Amino acid sequence: MDWLDNLIKTFLDFEAMWQVFPQLLGVGLVNTLIISIWATVIGIVLGMIVAIMGISPSRWLRIPARVYTDIFRGLPAILTILLIGQGFARFSQDLFGPSPYPLGILALSLIASAYMGEIFRAGIQSVDRGQLEACRALGMSYGKAMRLVVVPQGIRRVLPALVNQFIAIVKDSSLVYFLGLLVSERELFRVGQDAAVLTGNLSPLVMAGLFYLVITVPLTHLVNYFDNRFRTGRRKAAPPKSGLDEVEEQNPTPTLTYGENS
Amino acid sequence: MTYTSPVPVADGHFYEGSSLELIDLTMAYGDVEVLREVSVTVPPGTTTCIIGPSGSGKSTLLRGVNRLHEPKSGDVRLAGESVLTQKPDAVRKRIGLVFQHFNLFPDHTAEQNVALALRNVKGLSKAESMRIARERLAEVGLAERADHRPRDLSGGQQQRVAIARALAMEPEVMLFDEVTSALDPELVKGILNLMAGLAQRGMTMLVVTHEMGFARKVADQVVFMDEGRVVEAGKPADLFDRPQSPRLQRFLSEVL
Repeated sequence: MDWLDNLIKTFLDFEAMWQVFPQLLGVGLVNTLIISIWATVIGIVLGMIVAIMGISPSRWLRIPARVYTDIFRGLPAILTILLIGQGFARFSQDLFGPSPYPLGILALSLIASAYMGEIFRAGIQSVDRGQLEACRALGMSYGKAMRLVVVPQGIRRVLPALVNQFIAIVKDSSLVYFLGLLVSERELFRVGQDAAVLTGNLSPLVMAGLFYLVITVPLTHLVNYFDNRFRTGRRKAAPPKSGLDEVEEQNPTPTLTYGENS
Repeated sequence: MTYTSPVPVADGHFYEGSSLELIDLTMAYGDVEVLREVSVTVPPGTTTCIIGPSGSGKSTLLRGVNRLHEPKSGDVRLAGESVLTQKPDAVRKRIGLVFQHFNLFPDHTAEQNVALALRNVKGLSKAESMRIARERLAEVGLAERADHRPRDLSGGQQQRVAIARALAMEPEVMLFDEVTSALDPELVKGILNLMAGLAQRGMTMLVVTHEMGFARKVADQVVFMDEGRVVEAGKPADLFDRPQSPRLQRFLSEVL
């Protein structure tokens, strides 16, 4: 059973895994979460702007939103990250210092916002037109109607898709390592990879993979939970109620007979 | 069928409806004209019912009155003034519209549905808008359901919330767009009673309906439309008992 021993040694060397564990937890996980959460927050803000522009009645807002979405959704993530991370390194140096994080986060945000913009747009457009009409009929402006009624309903519908997007960002955050990271800046993948190179063994990378799964798998299930809940509602089953009972609710007063009432 | 106002007329809230005139109103979707030179006058405090087959332009007409859909030509006058020269939002505040499918805000309670525009359009305080909302809900028999969301209300209850929501803005004219068409049959009368009560208490109403009994008994004037034109208009008794045009005769023979 040499081959089995070999496999275990290569992928599941407990010693190697245990050695890298503190670094993965203390450095890698923290950095992965920092990058992912920042990229998600900025991505949501940009994505919402792109979505609102994308459904605008004005083509001068719609067309730029379309082009933006096509570019950042259509390019490989690694290409966007390298172009932005290296291309703007000098500006970033002046503003934020030498860390590649700001540009890495920016690049991830741009990619995420292109997807999120489409998600938000789909959500907002799935809200029944009658909602906007009802607001407008009450004298509400387009902006207020969108902000108070239409957009909140749209967002609620796409929460599961947004969680999926966060999962994608967590995974893509590993690409930031292409920009060159200091030891303290390494995220999960880089920590695992360095240890793998040092030990000549893939087990630390497997350990890093387990860390990703610990973040993403519960979220996947959270999505399903959300999805079910929004589809079926929180509603408890109520016994059917006769429509005849409702007739009494209006408490008719002595009958008035109408003729021509002018 | 007789219509019973849910609120005693003597101690109910009285309205001061304004006049509404449509003058040669023409409306189009793109190049397709769906309404051609329609003229209807609704005197203050009276009810006009519009009847007619589907596709006759009835709903489009209502959307032209408050400019949810911009008229192509002609004029709409509210209390004698053209609405086309005013800001649409200012006009809509003065005209209530109730929809076939209620269009309540699903994540708001009944009370919040009524209060939302009071607060965000009229600029009332939160307490004041809630107070008015509860008052209006009580008027339509829903005082005890103020905290329910639309999905926990029946169609009839939802439509009453929608009527309360429109009334809360203190409109001068109410427009009804087939408001009972989506309801279960036993709940239709409740809504019609409510509308009859409004008519009796001085509201100016323009009602698109398939309820011929309501049109006959409550309307001061009935307008029959077909293919985007007014074919016949007059007192309910005249239209229903002595229809002149072949189209109206045919329509009535199909629906009565």
